[in-house]
Amino acid sequence: MADGSIIPEALSQMLVLLSPSPPGWGGNLLRGLMHSLQIALGAFGMGLIIGTLGAYGKLYGSPLVRDLAGIYTTIVRAVPELVLILLLYYAGTDLINRILEASGYQRIDISGLVAGIVVLGFVQGAYATEVLRGAIKAIPQGEVEAARAYGMSPTLMMRRITLPSMLPYALPGLANLWLIATKDTALLAVVGFSELTLETRQAAGTTKAYFLFFMAAGLLYLLITLFSNVIVGRIEKWARRGMPSVREAR
Amino acid sequence: MSNLIADTEIEVPLETFPIHKDADPDRKNEWTQPHRIILMLIGVALVASAIFFLRWDWLPNYSGLILQGLWRTIWILCITVFLGFLLAVPLGLAQAAGPAILAVPARWFCTIIRGTPLLLQLWLLYYGLGSLFPQYPWIRGSELWPYLRQAWPYAVLALTLSYAGYEGEVMRGAFAGVPKGQLESARAFGMRRFTILRRIWLPQAIHRALPTLAGEAVLQLKSTPLVATITVVDLYSVASRVRQDTFITYEPLLLLAAGYLIITGIIVFLFRRVEKLIPSRLG
Repeated sequence: MADGSIIPEALSQMLVLLSPSPPGWGGNLLRGLMHSLQIALGAFGMGLIIGTLGAYGKLYGSPLVRDLAGIYTTIVRAVPELVLILLLYYAGTDLINRILEASGYQRIDISGLVAGIVVLGFVQGAYATEVLRGAIKAIPQGEVEAARAYGMSPTLMMRRITLPSMLPYALPGLANLWLIATKDTALLAVVGFSELTLETRQAAGTTKAYFLFFMAAGLLYLLITLFSNVIVGRIEKWARRGMPSVREAR
Repeated sequence: MSNLIADTEIEVPLETFPIHKDADPDRKNEWTQPHRIILMLIGVALVASAIFFLRWDWLPNYSGLILQGLWRTIWILCITVFLGFLLAVPLGLAQAAGPAILAVPARWFCTIIRGTPLLLQLWLLYYGLGSLFPQYPWIRGSELWPYLRQAWPYAVLALTLSYAGYEGEVMRGAFAGVPKGQLESARAFGMRRFTILRRIWLPQAIHRALPTLAGEAVLQLKSTPLVATITVVDLYSVASRVRQDTFITYEPLLLLAAGYLIITGIIVFLFRRVEKLIPSRLG
């Protein structure tokens, strides 16, 4: 501020705007980031659970279960996430409240966090089903047959054989899904949940420094992506231990 | 003599175990299994009850707007997929075979586009660039200004860049996957580099990328409703307008979901037709 040149002053103004304490909006952005990460983690976890069930249903289920899983994955993957979020968000909260009222309880307010996790998890589950189904099918058939020959029960086989040996095939797809989950949290801004993108827009709208704040938020999202890539690389190396590297295997 | 014996030996199992096309019992009567018929009946009942018990009286008032929104969604989808693909080819080529000075920026572009949400990119362009432009008098005076004041150029730009970023990565793999021998023999025929790209490299890369291209086109369709957040009137924003005007929540959203399902079906069908046009045996 002291010296007269223009660039340091502009820079210090930016730093004031981005600082985490009240005159700046950095704190709001970081809080939004935490919300985004919470939702992404929850949705990804829920997606994994739905995906595992869905994949088993599609591979080993009865014809009815197989068809129902097929309808679920087809519809969820063909309709835009934004439409699904609105539909599930309004319809879901409305349905729960109607059931509660009908059975004599009071209406409840469903927190944005829980609703966001459930809605995104439902969407993620459809994609995870396809990823895990492909990975389970990629397991060499002999391993499953050997496990059956040893008399393993289905749950023991799942724990000891299927899940560990499908992991290297599923990881690239699951890593992709995790990145989609982090980015899809931005869609909850449209239903008014204060995650990173909405916090950014509010900060930008108040201070009129649109470019600065959107760039800062973009950088935060990019950092999540790059950091996730490093972690995923480590996990993939661990899961593929003892197997030839991807390049050699070709 | 030994040939004759070998021939008869092969023929016998062929005659005793004839392999017919519909020998697979699962495929024989796929649609007449009892649980499928019941599922279809339930589906028809759901659609019928949606038609009879939900409110559709708003539909005639908004039919013009809906058609306009549908047209704009399809138009934005087509133009951004086309422009994005044109941009993705050089991006993929630069990453697969370009010098480092081109490959590194191309890789960074793809990483940045793929690493940030589309909604944020859209808002950055519309609110960010849109708020910067009016500060410069020469932009306000230029002939582009009437367009820059509207929302759709930003929507088209953001969706094009997004598609190019995702597709550039796909094209990189497709270009790298074309067998070396094909390119070497093209060079041995004395083709110039551009001719090789036009006749050999690009067609084979596109053929490799085609299934992924179809998936990306569906993803692009699913991204188009985001343009409603920057005041472009597409199919999605017509539905939210109906909701605001009439306080009817579910009907427009259900119609919207059905509309997107149908468009997705058409995209998948069209790409399958294109894939069938190309002979699938490649060297």
